[in-house]
Amino acid sequence: MTAETAAPAAEFGRSRLRKEDARLITGQTNWTDNITLPGLVHMAFVRSPFAHARITSVDVSAARAMPGVIAAFSGVDFPEQGSLPCAWPVTPDIVMPPHPPMATEEVRYVGEAVAVVVARDRYAAADAVEAVQVEYEPLPPVLDMRTALDESSPKVHPQGNKCFEWVFGNGDIDAAFRDAPVVLERNYRQQRLIPSAMEPRAVVAAWVADEVTLWSATQIPHVLRFALAAFFAIPEQNIRVIAPDVGGGFGSKLQVTAEEVLAVLVAKRVGRPVKWTESRSEGNLTVHHGRDQWQRIRVAADHDGRLRGLSVDLLANMGAYLMLVTPGVPLLGAFMFNSIYKMDAYSFRCTGIFTTEVPTDAYRGAGRPEATFGIERTMDELASELGMDPMELRRRNWIKHEEFPFTTIAGLTYDSGNYEAATARAVELFGYHDLRAEQERRRASGDPVQLGIGISTFTEMCGLAPSRVLGSLSYGAGGWESASVRMLPTGKVEVVTGSSAHGQGHETAWSQIVAEKLGVPFEDIRVLHGDTQVSPKGMDTYGSRSLTVGGVALNGACDKVIAKAKVIASGMLEAPPEEIEFAHGVFSARGGSGKTSTIQEIALATFAAHNLPDGVEPSLDSEATYDPDNFSFPHGTHLCATEVDTETGEVSIRSYVAVDDVGRAVNPLIVEGQVHGGLAQGIAQALFEEAVYDDDGNLLTTTLADYLIPSAADLPSYITDRTETPATTNPLGVKGVGEAGTIASTPAVVNAILDAVRHLGVRDIPMPCTPERVWRAVQAARESGGAR
Amino acid sequence: MIPSAFDYTRPTSVDEAIRALTDAGEDGKVIAGGQSLLPLMRLRLAAPAMLVDVGALGDLRGIRDEGDWLWIGALTTHDEVVHDPLIREHCGLLSQAAGTVADPAVRHRGTLGGSLAHADPAADLPAVAVALDATLLARGPGGERSIGAGEFFQDYLTTALGPGEILTGVRVPKLGEGWGYHYEKFHRTAQAWAIVGVAAVARRSNGQIGEARIGLANMGTVPVRASAAEAAAAGAAADRDALREAAQRADEGTSPPSDLHGAADYRRHLARVLTGRALAVASGV
Repeated sequence: MTAETAAPAAEFGRSRLRKEDARLITGQTNWTDNITLPGLVHMAFVRSPFAHARITSVDVSAARAMPGVIAAFSGVDFPEQGSLPCAWPVTPDIVMPPHPPMATEEVRYVGEAVAVVVARDRYAAADAVEAVQVEYEPLPPVLDMRTALDESSPKVHPQGNKCFEWVFGNGDIDAAFRDAPVVLERNYRQQRLIPSAMEPRAVVAAWVADEVTLWSATQIPHVLRFALAAFFAIPEQNIRVIAPDVGGGFGSKLQVTAEEVLAVLVAKRVGRPVKWTESRSEGNLTVHHGRDQWQRIRVAADHDGRLRGLSVDLLANMGAYLMLVTPGVPLLGAFMFNSIYKMDAYSFRCTGIFTTEVPTDAYRGAGRPEATFGIERTMDELASELGMDPMELRRRNWIKHEEFPFTTIAGLTYDSGNYEAATARAVELFGYHDLRAEQERRRASGDPVQLGIGISTFTEMCGLAPSRVLGSLSYGAGGWESASVRMLPTGKVEVVTGSSAHGQGHETAWSQIVAEKLGVPFEDIRVLHGDTQVSPKGMDTYGSRSLTVGGVALNGACDKVIAKAKVIASGMLEAPPEEIEFAHGVFSARGGSGKTSTIQEIALATFAAHNLPDGVEPSLDSEATYDPDNFSFPHGTHLCATEVDTETGEVSIRSYVAVDDVGRAVNPLIVEGQVHGGLAQGIAQALFEEAVYDDDGNLLTTTLADYLIPSAADLPSYITDRTETPATTNPLGVKGVGEAGTIASTPAVVNAILDAVRHLGVRDIPMPCTPERVWRAVQAARESGGAR
Repeated sequence: MIPSAFDYTRPTSVDEAIRALTDAGEDGKVIAGGQSLLPLMRLRLAAPAMLVDVGALGDLRGIRDEGDWLWIGALTTHDEVVHDPLIREHCGLLSQAAGTVADPAVRHRGTLGGSLAHADPAADLPAVAVALDATLLARGPGGERSIGAGEFFQDYLTTALGPGEILTGVRVPKLGEGWGYHYEKFHRTAQAWAIVGVAAVARRSNGQIGEARIGLANMGTVPVRASAAEAAAAGAAADRDALREAAQRADEGTSPPSDLHGAADYRRHLARVLTGRALAVASGV
């Protein structure tokens, strides 16, 4: 093979190590907290110790007098502070109470900011916080969604505790349940979780004349800039938002926070740049929380297991206020409870409820983990009721691979999928039948350690989102993404993406796309993101959208570069443009002179611009946006085997198999990493994590000693594999993977635990399935006479 | 989190350290590895005005074979306790338990003396110290004294150390021939404190348990001995059923807390189950 014919190794599908990792792992980078500026001062917040109280006075004078303190303010000092935005008014009559960044009249959760001090260093600021005198008149807290709508319940807001009611359905649900041979109702609790990004939230704000720069550990620099302009009356052209390297978010940094807004306002007031970095405990108290639903699920089926209808009734805890997408999160689940299954009718109702707790909002999966848990737990319960293998029940109901594209009962059109293939592979890797046999033996021998098998055959909607669909759901923005490609004069490439990376590996994956498309070396590509001056347009990163929307935009930008380069190559190679071919970075004229030109040579020629064809502008660059026509629907089959020690309640995961189908994988190593991290978070919900409030509304889980996050030592070695059914709705065939592991794994684990102890008479165990809860469930079942 | 302001001194002799601590009075705290004290200070649950860093005191370092016991310096880190050949050979229970403390970072900074002097009843090593009948050695303004582990732990985070007294080392009796040991720690994540921890040593002879000593972590305000279970185990047959039977008395006389990680009755149940398991391993059945 000669050098001329040697094609470079394909970049798509190549497991490259991530180019951004060295600086991220060593911390040798611009985390927001590493940023320092001349004259920088530090903010610290005085926060409410009451879940609900009227503020009768705030006296900051003693704090102002302390050494090192520059200023101290309460909410009333900022009449311009306005209200934090909610972009998703899900119904016309939704109650959207004002949400001042600093409370002025009433506090509605423990941790709500009531005053801010500004000092020369963090120590002086922390000391001064203790000197601020706030008088409160306590009011009764509202902590239980199930009684919050009672007449007798105290009110979080004057308008009452009901935020909205949203209903949705398709098919004749009454007919489906009428005369159904099997009807089952289950009630599940989706406990409240605290997103725990490695990097805490951090903000730096600096004004120069009338221009402000805000550095923030945010997922959404573009949305944040828009929000500052639209809701806080700062001219948009004067705002620059920079998300430097950001250490994870999982949705918690998909937010416009009080601290960001106040940093901007306080920096202007004191005339100096300000910084705030939360501690872990301050973060647990104030970062938006996730999940927190009560789910009432009814299913109607035939004796052979065929699903007739599904009815879902949710109570969703909004917390004290609506933040950026708070009310929309449970509704993302509305389209997913039916999952991969066919049925005649479906009904969904969600009631959003205010409580005196931290507001909830998006957390990895956002609505879809809740839905997947609800349906997958219920499928196992139905299988038990029918005396059927839970895998067989799923097989009888899922959409068959030859039926795609398939429009579901919830109205979404799934473009592609192959549940049979993913399941067959998972069953094989798992040793399903051997484990079932071992389970039988342990049951028969009365082994104190019982074995259970949990199944989760899931799909999700991601690649958020077609703008017109978001519009139809009353969301306040679009779901497109932008990308630009700049060939530099020396043949190197700068890529700008509107998708704001915070640990996902964009720089590597985007480089692979460009290397594949343009035939330039991977190492020659630099990916820029996260600064509204560098990347002026974008919708940022959440909802497993980066590759399926932003990556496709980049694909389009590459196509535009190639098209323009062909016109220039046509002049250089003296052949008509339609005869110019492009492969592996080289332009050649079909059947012509044999002359070739590399894309790097063309980049230099467009820079010099000496001999450009008429009408061709200098420089080889392009910009593209992409607005998807549809969501993407990754799917997979996850199987979990747990051992449950019935003497102590301890659960250990013996094996975990995840076979995911995320369409085409640009970088399988990154896909693998996303699946691993997602599994850890989903397993964490099943076994470890829960935000706990006491009866007065105090958060008890303020530290990582009480809010338990598993580490590698607490998790099994996963067995992962992929099937690859390309998406038909985008040119890359990609589907998204950021949330899949989290969505799939929680019900797989809980199903496995129940499967281990159901024969003892246990019907349910609330999450997280702590040893104590498992033990008590087994004890209670034994005391009530064991299995039914 | 940000601690309150404090003064700091790093004396180079024990006498100097005792003076510094005595001068500071109520506001003084000894700091060694800082793995217990610093988190409390960062949360502002503790705000000592003076930290006396004992890290430079050579008298508090080292591990020596002194015949019937090992002398282990208070500054010995958990990681050293895990790996030291002398400790592994003669006081294996201590090595095993130290290996379960928190995570590698904590084990490399945290010290045996610090863990004992902090006296958190949920910690692993105090329970081991009472099970092994260790003797704690202190020096203070009044000179040197030795305190049995059973008397050292007086209340939650409270020890027998007097004003100006510093824990210098621990004498741990060697486990002789015929003895076995096991530390059974029950916790929800690897880094978490024990919900209940059981430190057991047992001597087996002629198919019977000759003697057993059992220390319990997180079953009260101090680490406690499961005396009733010890008595029941002594003379019991060395088989699982007999040991499980003896372990049914493991929670007698305890007053376990109820918190997020477990209610008191669950802890009592765990103490019984885990004591049975720890005794079984310790006596090799």
